Amino acid sequence: MSGLPVSNVRPAAINPVAKLAAALLIAITLALSVDAVSAGVALALELSLLPFAGLSWSAFWRRTAPVWIAAPLAAITIALYGRASGHAYVTWYFVQITEGSLHLALVTVLRVLAIALPAVALFATVDATDLADGLAQVLRLPSRFVLGGLAAFRLAGLMREDWRTLELARRARGVADRARIRRFAGLAFALFVLSIRRGSALATAMEARGFGGTTTRTWARPSAFGAREVFLLALSGVIAATAVTAAVVTGQWAFIGG
Amino acid sequence: MTVQQGERVLLLGPSGSGKSTLLAALAGVLGDDEGDAVGTLTVGGHDPRAVRGSVGLVLQDPDSQVIMSRVGDDVAFGCENLGVPREELWIRVREALELVGLAVPLDHPTDALSGGQKQRLALAGALAMRPGLMLLDEPTANIDPDGVLEVRDAVAAVLARSGSTAVIVEHRVEAWLDVVDRIVVLGADGGIAADGEPRTVLAQQGEALAAAGVWVPGREPRISRRPALTEHPVLLTAESLTLARVPGRPLAATVTTPLELDIDGGEAVALTGPNGSGKTTLALTLGGLIAPAAGQVRATVDLASTAGPLPIRWRSRELLTRIGSVFQSPEHQFLAASVRDELAIGPRALRLGAAEVASRVDELLARLGLAALADANPFTLSGGQQRRLSVGAVLATRPRVLVLDEPTFGQDAVTWAALVDMLDEVRSMGTAVVAATHDPWFVAAVGARELALAKTPG
Repeated sequence: MSGLPVSNVRPAAINPVAKLAAALLIAITLALSVDAVSAGVALALELSLLPFAGLSWSAFWRRTAPVWIAAPLAAITIALYGRASGHAYVTWYFVQITEGSLHLALVTVLRVLAIALPAVALFATVDATDLADGLAQVLRLPSRFVLGGLAAFRLAGLMREDWRTLELARRARGVADRARIRRFAGLAFALFVLSIRRGSALATAMEARGFGGTTTRTWARPSAFGAREVFLLALSGVIAATAVTAAVVTGQWAFIGG
Repeated sequence: MTVQQGERVLLLGPSGSGKSTLLAALAGVLGDDEGDAVGTLTVGGHDPRAVRGSVGLVLQDPDSQVIMSRVGDDVAFGCENLGVPREELWIRVREALELVGLAVPLDHPTDALSGGQKQRLALAGALAMRPGLMLLDEPTANIDPDGVLEVRDAVAAVLARSGSTAVIVEHRVEAWLDVVDRIVVLGADGGIAADGEPRTVLAQQGEALAAAGVWVPGREPRISRRPALTEHPVLLTAESLTLARVPGRPLAATVTTPLELDIDGGEAVALTGPNGSGKTTLALTLGGLIAPAAGQVRATVDLASTAGPLPIRWRSRELLTRIGSVFQSPEHQFLAASVRDELAIGPRALRLGAAEVASRVDELLARLGLAALADANPFTLSGGQQRRLSVGAVLATRPRVLVLDEPTFGQDAVTWAALVDMLDEVRSMGTAVVAATHDPWFVAAVGARELALAKTPG
């Protein structure tokens, strides 16, 4: 592989398609049941593996911050308004904190964490270009679709800068004292128009480089699916299987809708 | 018109004569819905759309041509589409980057490149496809003077090595004279007005070309500058300023930090320096739009009158009559669906009477040469017209300080002169004109005091 740039043989870079599949496997398995054991076991196993995810502590907390905020909020909501059963601790208008709703809250927190943490940890190190390569070469998704998506993703970065500039421009034009909601709608529309213009300019540049032609495309960066990827999938399979087994053995497995 | 293999043609002509359209058609990227075509156009005997990829196209805007997020991947993109095998592809990528002189690692982020570097990247991307024909549509119109030479030299090197045919559209002729061996001039009617050896064409057609907006060496546009005012009160002061583009992240790049500056009514100040030295950020900060990381921008009582001393605290409407900001890209500041409404936005926000609004708008329409386009959508105007409209829309509220970001970018010689003359006129009436600019002709024409920002290495 002498002709390849160093960046494409980074040892830590597992194929993003494998990461996607691993995260999905755990998520789907855990979504099948609403019990504390399966989610708890999965979460415990995941936490023991987190140090190997290649994330620094500060990066870990920064990336997972939304999860730590969302999970307790979901739990509180469910504790207050969740389906009531068993002993009622507090009853006040629509609020009913019961044994059942508290249990449901706990289960929810565990489940959100067990699904979101590995997903965030796995995707924190995913590069959009690598993912596109994987989707097109490993999963054989149409290249037009994948590369179009990749280009759009890059534009999304520019949109943030556009939004800021649009806001400043409105202040400069004397129309930023107006009602906030109307202003927001105006900004959103302006950003929409600008994005379309950027998008069509980019499409022209892509076409000029032969994109969308009839020739079969080659790929500059090989997207390999080898031992590392299989290992990651196996690992997530083990986590999912252990979680389900533990729940079934302890008699806690509660099939959703069952 | 026939272009022989190996010829390097500079294509000139007034705005609207169809130069860009011709290039797009040659590159095979002109859609059927973009107008009617009469006659035939072939590249190597084929319809360009059938042999897309055998023609390399480099466009004007550096930002809209970057496709991938890493330099190597971006250059490889065209080759991938042509089905070039992987081993050969990376050899081509390295060669192309070397030839355009872009010495950055293959995984260098494309977002971190300067305008000139991005244009050379686009050139490398086209070059790696080994096209028989290279088309360059104002490749240097939107980049700084150093970038212009960078790109020109890269193009010269590429053409010398590859022996490729080239058609270049560019308003600023001087830089390209030694690169091309033929000049073709399109007339306003779409026909060919002149065709021949570069220096001969310039000697014979120089005057007509200059009148059509081409920057002919020795016939650069000039304005007659109005005298300086005898009285020029201080309007705005910057004290121990450290800039921050995004709140909380100070720009360390300026050696002039902390920055001290007084801006007087009736004077012109040019903020100069290379890309990335903080000119735009300084312009936005002086405009009362973003807060500095340290220090402050203060308005004197003369400027502030009933508003407070700090422009950043002013209400949006209070800025209108005091400090007007013209953004680098007009598209960011357009708000209305027609040219007339665009000009009326400021005066209406000031709650001026309908008659006063109409009279200001009509006067500006006439002065900007946009009266015939009063009902057009601002987004459909040409680049030069958009720029004039964006300046006019800010002048409509008669601010006493005018802050402009690259006011002369992408202007041809005729629109350049009209714009610079207008700015000199408001200056002569007591407005302070502050401009972040790369354009030495502009600085000289308005007799601006220059504040040179520098970028510290690393």
